Amino acid sequence: MMAERPEDLNLPNAVITRIIKEALPDGVNVSKEARRAISQAASVFVLYATSCANNFAMKAKRKTLNAGDVMSAMEEMEFERFMEPLREALEVYKKGQKGKKEVSEQKRKDKEKKDCENELEEEEEQRIEEENEEEEVEN
Amino acid sequence: MKMSQNNDDKEDRSPTNKNKGISLPISRVRLIMKSSPDVSSINQEALFLTTKATELFVQHLAVSSFNKGSGKDTNSLSYTDLASTAEETETLHFLTDILPKKILARDYLKSLEEMREENPDF
Repeated sequence: MMAERPEDLNLPNAVITRIIKEALPDGVNVSKEARRAISQAASVFVLYATSCANNFAMKAKRKTLNAGDVMSAMEEMEFERFMEPLREALEVYKKGQKGKKEVSEQKRKDKEKKDCENELEEEEEQRIEEENEEEEVEN
Repeated sequence: MKMSQNNDDKEDRSPTNKNKGISLPISRVRLIMKSSPDVSSINQEALFLTTKATELFVQHLAVSSFNKGSGKDTNSLSYTDLASTAEETETLHFLTDILPKKILARDYLKSLEEMREENPDF
């Protein structure tokens, strides 16, 4: 997957605006220019973090970026303040993923019982995609 | 910008983000990450963490610029506050390229003048 247009590298303004509003005291007016600058800064942050994390992965001779690489990147970028909230968020995320896996497994079994050919094909494609992603996690 | 109070979540969160504790769309963050050279693959946890970290970063940048900035009296956050914070904060130096400090044209001309006086070849 490639970014085809430059705007593909922007983050959605509505979400960025909401995050800014929630972080600041009530009623603070954030100029449009400031919002756009923060949004661009966020994209640059992603690129910077990715490049740092990728260096850690390459040093370890791994092709896939993993959670540890991102955490090391935060440390290198001197954003240690993010590390604890990130660890907590990851724990919650992992629990959620585990639950989701069980649910989708159950759904799959139900579907097979129904023996509905067309639907199965579609589901199967999606499932294979998901499984591939999960394989990456395990690697 | 349209934003109704009732279904805030529905509007801002893409379906894949539901219940994951993040607001930014993971797919977009992945696209940005993949645009970085040498990155071949990213696992789901790394993607999640980067998305979450970006949200923390947005909060951090906004709050520290507001606290340092001149807008505390007027209850506002301006571009200038962000640009000065990026310049003054070591960890935010990587932003100075996209957050250049603005200077007035007359100040620019004045400094140009001064440079010429010091160095006539310039």
